[in-house]
Amino acid sequence: MNAATLPAVDERADPDTGKLGMWIFLASEVLFFGGLFIAYLYGRTTWPQGWAAASRHTDVVLGTVNTALLLTSSAIVALAVACAEDETRQRWTAGLLWATATLGAAFLAIKGIEWHADWREHLTPTASFAIRVAGAQQFFALYFVMTGLHAVHMAIGVGVLAALAHARAHGRAWARAHHVEVAALYWHFVDLVWIFLYPLLYLVERHG
Amino acid sequence: MTSYLDDGLTIRSWLTTTDHKRIAILYAIAITAFFFVGGAAATIIRLELATPQGDLVSHDAYNKLFTAHGVIMVWLFLIPSIPSVLGNFLLPLMIGAKDLAFPRLNLASWYLYVAGGLLTLEALFLGGVDTGWTFYTPYSTMFSNTYVVLTLVGIFVTGFSSILTGLNFIATIHTLRDKAMGWFKLPLFAWAMYATSLILVLATPVLAITVLLAVAERLFQIGVFDPAYGGDPLLFQHLFWFYSHPAVYVMILPAMGVVSEIIPCFARRPVFGYRSMAYAIMAIASVGFLVWGHHMFVSGQSLTASLVFSLLSFIVAIPSAIKVFNWTATLYKGAIRLDAPMLYALGFVGLFTIGGLTGLFLASLALDVHLTDTYFVVAHFHYIMVGGAVMAYFAGLHFWWPKVTGRLYPEVWSRIAAVVVFIGFNLTFFPQFLLGVEGMPRRYHAYPPQFQVLNLFSSAGAGVLALGYLMPLVYLAWSLRGGPRAGDNPWHAKGLEWQTRSPPPTHNFDAPPVVPEIVYDYRADERDPEGAR
Amino acid sequence: MAADTDAALSSSFRLMDAAASTQASRTDAIFLAMVLLCGAVAAVVFALIVIFVIRYRRGRHVDRTPPRELRGIEIAWTVAPLLVFLAIFAWAARDFITLADPPPDALPVSVVAKQWMWKLQHRNGRREINELHLPQGEPVVVTLASEDVIHSFFIPAFRIKQDVVPGRYTRLWFTATQLGVFPLFCSEYCGSEHSQMTGRVVVMAPADYGRWLASGPAQPDMAQYGFALFRQLGCSGCHDARSTIHAPLLDGVYGRAVHLQGGRSVVADANYLRDSILVPAKDVVAGFEPVMPSYAGQVSEEDLQALIAYLQSTGKRNAP
Repeated sequence: MNAATLPAVDERADPDTGKLGMWIFLASEVLFFGGLFIAYLYGRTTWPQGWAAASRHTDVVLGTVNTALLLTSSAIVALAVACAEDETRQRWTAGLLWATATLGAAFLAIKGIEWHADWREHLTPTASFAIRVAGAQQFFALYFVMTGLHAVHMAIGVGVLAALAHARAHGRAWARAHHVEVAALYWHFVDLVWIFLYPLLYLVERHG
Repeated sequence: MTSYLDDGLTIRSWLTTTDHKRIAILYAIAITAFFFVGGAAATIIRLELATPQGDLVSHDAYNKLFTAHGVIMVWLFLIPSIPSVLGNFLLPLMIGAKDLAFPRLNLASWYLYVAGGLLTLEALFLGGVDTGWTFYTPYSTMFSNTYVVLTLVGIFVTGFSSILTGLNFIATIHTLRDKAMGWFKLPLFAWAMYATSLILVLATPVLAITVLLAVAERLFQIGVFDPAYGGDPLLFQHLFWFYSHPAVYVMILPAMGVVSEIIPCFARRPVFGYRSMAYAIMAIASVGFLVWGHHMFVSGQSLTASLVFSLLSFIVAIPSAIKVFNWTATLYKGAIRLDAPMLYALGFVGLFTIGGLTGLFLASLALDVHLTDTYFVVAHFHYIMVGGAVMAYFAGLHFWWPKVTGRLYPEVWSRIAAVVVFIGFNLTFFPQFLLGVEGMPRRYHAYPPQFQVLNLFSSAGAGVLALGYLMPLVYLAWSLRGGPRAGDNPWHAKGLEWQTRSPPPTHNFDAPPVVPEIVYDYRADERDPEGAR
Repeated sequence: MAADTDAALSSSFRLMDAAASTQASRTDAIFLAMVLLCGAVAAVVFALIVIFVIRYRRGRHVDRTPPRELRGIEIAWTVAPLLVFLAIFAWAARDFITLADPPPDALPVSVVAKQWMWKLQHRNGRREINELHLPQGEPVVVTLASEDVIHSFFIPAFRIKQDVVPGRYTRLWFTATQLGVFPLFCSEYCGSEHSQMTGRVVVMAPADYGRWLASGPAQPDMAQYGFALFRQLGCSGCHDARSTIHAPLLDGVYGRAVHLQGGRSVVADANYLRDSILVPAKDVVAGFEPVMPSYAGQVSEEDLQALIAYLQSTGKRNAP
């Protein structure tokens, strides 16, 4: 960057701009996942028998554990934001951020275990797909794309929170409260997507 | 006095800049390069189509050429052109700000664009892709033996550049406007950037997911789009066009914004119906999300869907019609001078009118059955994209060239080039309407001999058009060293960008700009302000 | 006959192909109206621009006092186009709706598209490649299937077009009004030789068509061939009143309402029958078990069309 070039931008950039930016980004993310939800709706109505058959094969135990982990992590990151904005509780922020990231990493590990089990049971949407009902493969195709995309977003979130935690622990300037809030906003969104995914992929027609 | 151009002379200073004006120049260089690559493909296509036989290149090579032309022109030229070059440069200036809301994100957008573009070019060099820019399944996912995945990944990456640019513009317009500039004092170019950005942020993610699913289908046969695995080819079309129709409004709204800045200046009258123009921009952006199925009238979609999409397609034409009437009315009782920007801008109005009217032909259901997938469609969208968007891009380049570079270009040559482009364009594309009506299908490498005469006209016209595009390349480049220095405001234009130096300093304004009482405060009955140009 | 059939295919430069179907003349009427209307609008806009640019050019001494508000004109040029657009929409929509509805007695032709040729078959079994012989003046309904990718069946002289989508049937219908030979094009990009996937439509006087139809190489008609397949593939093993397997009886099933498991009900059209053979577990009939095996990979598109022709014929045979 060049000397005496952009001081005014950073001075004028107030925290609300950053939040607005994140909200706009989340709007685009809604449309990103939205396409997949539309495809899910389409599949559920086009192949009712196939999707009912497939719905019984997702691991509801692991899915529920993951949901609990993610909800807890959202509560913890909200606490982290509160601490970051509270002058007397600054010290707690880094630890809370680490805890959130750890829960996120645990979520990802469990997801990996789930996928591995699916692969072993021939539930991956390839030529050797096990459930021989029309449309069941499409359910699992969507299942892997949706949970995969969600996992990518989670991984990015884990990385960002870990970086923030590290930066706060070392007193870096960029890890200020406002950025913690923006990162938490992103984390809540990823959690929200899961809250829609969980019932659609694990609960609907489980006992149909 | 130093300007943003003097602020760091190394390549490294340019590649690490966060100055919106420098980033605009970086984009300009990249998209110009892509324009000429896409144009080279078009040249070979028109050479081949001068004769009915496919004798210049093979079938496969031809199919790769028209795909390359479409992919490059749509994603690497048209979509970024006006927003990322003119929008980036002008938006902060027009609202009295020092930069965009997120300058580093802006630089990231450029790198994403270049990365996506390079991936796409790599696919081209490795052997190309032959699916058409529309990538219809199952051909693209199951049958094509070309670099489909690589190209789709390139498009995916470029898409994020669009989303982040849109995000940046929205945040900028909301938070960095000069205090005295309320929404209804924004220049129409800013309104156009705002509406375009909304579309970029909301539509591009759907393209991203469509591309992702297509890649997964091609690599792993997951079965969403291929009937052999229980999937639905029409699902791809719905997802693809849900993005790609709003995308065409991404390509035309900025063009309309440019024209709305130029016509008032060279007619010396405020734009007619400023509020209607602003509302029309927003109406086009929103209703534009509801018409995608008009690309699918004969696809096998339901009758009901076709009826709904046809009706909405007629409705979305109304705000565009209003804009054309308003531009025309702006000329009434003006004091008009046909400088190059004005020639391009008026050319836009004429060609966009034809393009838009022919869109009505395609929106008419029974007519579309005959005309869809023929050269009528090709002519229609080239009238809008080339006769419209590219003309407006050139209009903007010429209008703001003095501000961006501090130099003036040769007046006579610029006017000649504008006329050559207009003539060449019509020679190239009007015959294609007739070809379509006669029934010549699109994407045909070789064609029956009865279509030759019109194809020959079209190819000849393409030569003239190419000349028209090469001329600015020469004289604009020349002007950078040889052109006379421009003053702050050679056109005596209103608009905050003209209240600063040419070229502007890095921080945009030496003194805070003054927001006028009314936007476009031109008076045609003023004494001619022209001194020495 | 040869002279004028080939005249239409000559390389003479003609602005618009002759309107050779009932739909064509209706489409052409809309087209002409649009050309006049849009031409008029464009002419007015261009004229105004040119007039204003000349009359109000800078330096010319002319009255430039700013005009009063033109609210009325603005409303007029918003409402008038809207009304005109609605009228055009309705006119074109009405014609489009008739295109979706073939007359019940239309002559059926089966088409299978593949990279890069058209395979056509008449009901009596006579096959053609890249050529379609038709009678003049009788409605024809074409059922379209694809073996691979999306194609599109386009006869410019008839002003009709329909995409051919793999995995389902699409159809179109028309009535040819002129004798002659007309080009047939594939109009959805389908790979290397898309531009070579062309053919000829030969419209003959009905008596000539009848003679042509009967004169081909001897072969079973589609329904007969379909019946043979029905036995050969084992369908009659279950779908027969005497079978011990509980399976829906198929006599007269075509066009009937079928009640599915889960409460839904569909009309047994060509697409339903095709899906029932290829993906039988997709829409199981109420009261039956999903035990039917899939025949995907064992039947070609032509075989499927023959089977459906047979099923269509059972209803007619047993009609009271």
